[in-house]
Amino acid sequence: MELFIAIFTGTVIAATPLIFAALGELVVEKSGVLNLGIEGMMLMGAALAFWAVTAGCSMPVAIIAGALAGAAASLLFGVLALTFLTNQYAAGLALAIFGSGVSAFIGRGFGSDPIEALHGVNIPILSDLPLIGPLLFRFDPLVYLALAMFVVISWFLYRTKAGLILRTIGESPQTSHAIGHPVIRIRYMAVLFGGLMAGLAGAYLSVAYTPLWVENMTAGKGWIALALVVFATWRPLRVLLGAWLFGGMTILQLQGQALGLQVPSELLSALPYLATIVVLVLISRNRQMLALHFPASLAKPFRPAG
Amino acid sequence: MHPRLELRNISKRYPGVVANDDVSLTIQPGEIHAVLGENGAGKSTLMKIIYGAAQADSGEIYCDGKLITAHNPAMSRALGIEMVYQHFALFESVSVVENIALSASSAFDLPSLAENIRELSLRYGMPIDPHRQVHDLSVGERQRVEIVRCLLQAPKLLILDEPTSVLTPQAVVKLFDTLRQLSAEGCSIVYISHKLDEVQELCDTATVLRNGKVTGTARPKETTSLELARMMVGSKLPEMHVSPAAPSERPVLEVRNLSASARDHFGVDLKDVSFNVHGGEIVGLAGVSGNGQAELIALLSGERRHAQGGAIKISGMPAAALRPDERRKLGLAFVPEERLGRGAVPSHTLWENAVLTAHRFGTVRKGLVDRRRASAFAAGIIDRFKVKANGPGATAQSLSGGNLQKFIVGREIALAPKLLLVSQPTWGVDVGASAFIRQTIVDLSRAGTAVFVVSEELDELFEICDQLLVICQGRVSPPLVRASTDREEIGLLMTGRTTSNDQKGSGSVALQD
Repeated sequence: MELFIAIFTGTVIAATPLIFAALGELVVEKSGVLNLGIEGMMLMGAALAFWAVTAGCSMPVAIIAGALAGAAASLLFGVLALTFLTNQYAAGLALAIFGSGVSAFIGRGFGSDPIEALHGVNIPILSDLPLIGPLLFRFDPLVYLALAMFVVISWFLYRTKAGLILRTIGESPQTSHAIGHPVIRIRYMAVLFGGLMAGLAGAYLSVAYTPLWVENMTAGKGWIALALVVFATWRPLRVLLGAWLFGGMTILQLQGQALGLQVPSELLSALPYLATIVVLVLISRNRQMLALHFPASLAKPFRPAG
Repeated sequence: MHPRLELRNISKRYPGVVANDDVSLTIQPGEIHAVLGENGAGKSTLMKIIYGAAQADSGEIYCDGKLITAHNPAMSRALGIEMVYQHFALFESVSVVENIALSASSAFDLPSLAENIRELSLRYGMPIDPHRQVHDLSVGERQRVEIVRCLLQAPKLLILDEPTSVLTPQAVVKLFDTLRQLSAEGCSIVYISHKLDEVQELCDTATVLRNGKVTGTARPKETTSLELARMMVGSKLPEMHVSPAAPSERPVLEVRNLSASARDHFGVDLKDVSFNVHGGEIVGLAGVSGNGQAELIALLSGERRHAQGGAIKISGMPAAALRPDERRKLGLAFVPEERLGRGAVPSHTLWENAVLTAHRFGTVRKGLVDRRRASAFAAGIIDRFKVKANGPGATAQSLSGGNLQKFIVGREIALAPKLLLVSQPTWGVDVGASAFIRQTIVDLSRAGTAVFVVSEELDELFEICDQLLVICQGRVSPPLVRASTDREEIGLLMTGRTTSNDQKGSGSVALQD
């Protein structure tokens, strides 16, 4: 039972940064913009949040700082891709590399000591329930925020007019423009939101998950988040499930290593990445569903005519 | 009483062209007013000016007696002017009601909007299900969505731009009923078209444009088509010469029990298609777009290959499994539906585009392009087919639609094919160039080539074809001899019905489109 609780809670925690980053990217891509720079934005968020904690800021302030760092990085991408209409692939890759470099620069003086991690919540009665308490009610607040974001984003995209406008801009910005929707402004807001979420994901890694600073500590999670969005065929629920799958595999391979499985640890570490991609490829094979949810104008620069 | 809309001396210049030159017209409440003219006559520009999407250089617009200043689409909507575009502004991935909600100014309340749509669409005899996804709708149904979107705003003036170009004859009848009902309720209608018969059937008055100028106004119901056509075209209309066909003994193109599943969600499965095309005859394929034409053309041209080689034979050779270039070696030439992108590379020059299919005709030697020959080849086409272009060095995209189409048809004909596939030969091409292209195709067939034409314009098919096939939901009808069939029979087949098993007679058929 102890092991089960450890695996379950470990899964949920490991999935949280992916949920933030991938849901943010989902919103960006639904508006027809492809930002490949998640890794860079996450690292900026991680570095800034960590720095804020070591500088004596409170936890909430540090986390907000991380999110804002991600948003600031995404603004850079937005200016390049939306105002100057540069190639979105190139701009995104540049952001990924830039973010990794800047975060390493910021993190030079951090040392290798861990900080005190973000505490789990303590809800009277609920957190003390046997089994259910440790399973559901002792996570840190960001875990619950990630789930709330899932609900809010699903509701926004499929139940509000603003969400409808965002999705239709992703299909045909020309038509949206003709109807009179401010395509570029809405895409900017989507890109900034994606940056905010990636920054949160990074902050979660450095102040709650590890909690210490290591250069390039995201270890490819930004790229997995990108793959998640694609293979989840641009649907929030599948993003959530995919993130949990990845988290589950991460924890299982750690347990496997701890139990001393006779498999090279490098191979075990690669397992979550591999498994996530294999499963998501399998579920995204239905090309019809793919065509229905794919934002048709993805990564195509749009210049309003006239 | 003031006229609903009055244009006084409207002029609009674009660099190099005068799109509208001193155009005046008056539309009364409840009037159905046709604006007639060939492609490029300035109809669309005039509509944009009325709708406020473009600004006139000079002239005045009055709506209900009041001068409109600082015109724009938002102002139009406030005045009750709505426009149904030729190319619909609909999003495919969302439902009808969501599409309409996007341009509605009312609160975002989908259930009540859906109820409004259902009620309004029934009242005007064009039912649509508000919860269907747009990509599932036929073109006719999409047009209904556009019209209902306008009607929800309770318009005083409705502009329709070539609304029937994508409809079956029966759907046109329905549309006209709706428009008459609207006009009886006091809504004025501006009906843009180049189809004389429709204008004569529907419209109270007509303003005819040519080269941006008004060349006449008429009461179409009291004017002959010939007079209207003269006003439109100016000179005498070219006459078609179609001599009787002399089909070859053996078919050049044989299609036997061809079945194929659609490649994507939006496609149609082909079911057991069989037909022949002989040398010296023209076989036409009629049908509402999206019934399998695209799939059939892709399989015939070789863009898509089929495992059963014998399902398609060209000159007796199994060809269904061959690549397009291998089929071309068997004597196939192909004019695709999209001029830019499939028929020609937009940013490349005409001579480069000529080389693309004519590389076996001396323009490429030992793997190297012979520029001089390629240029001469392109110049020959330009000359022979009267293409208005700035020489072989002009880019494909710099030509007007009609001229590029003449060039592409000319290029394919210059290959001296045994079999010519043509998809939508005169789509978006003006009357003069259309007649020329049709005559060229007829002449080619009379010289012995087998020709297969896919078109949505029934008039065109009736004009040039010897035999007609009808495609509906992936099935192709048995061949009908042109001389012994009529539009009504073809129209019924287009909706998936046959005259023989139709119990109630053609008048009361419930139509899908």
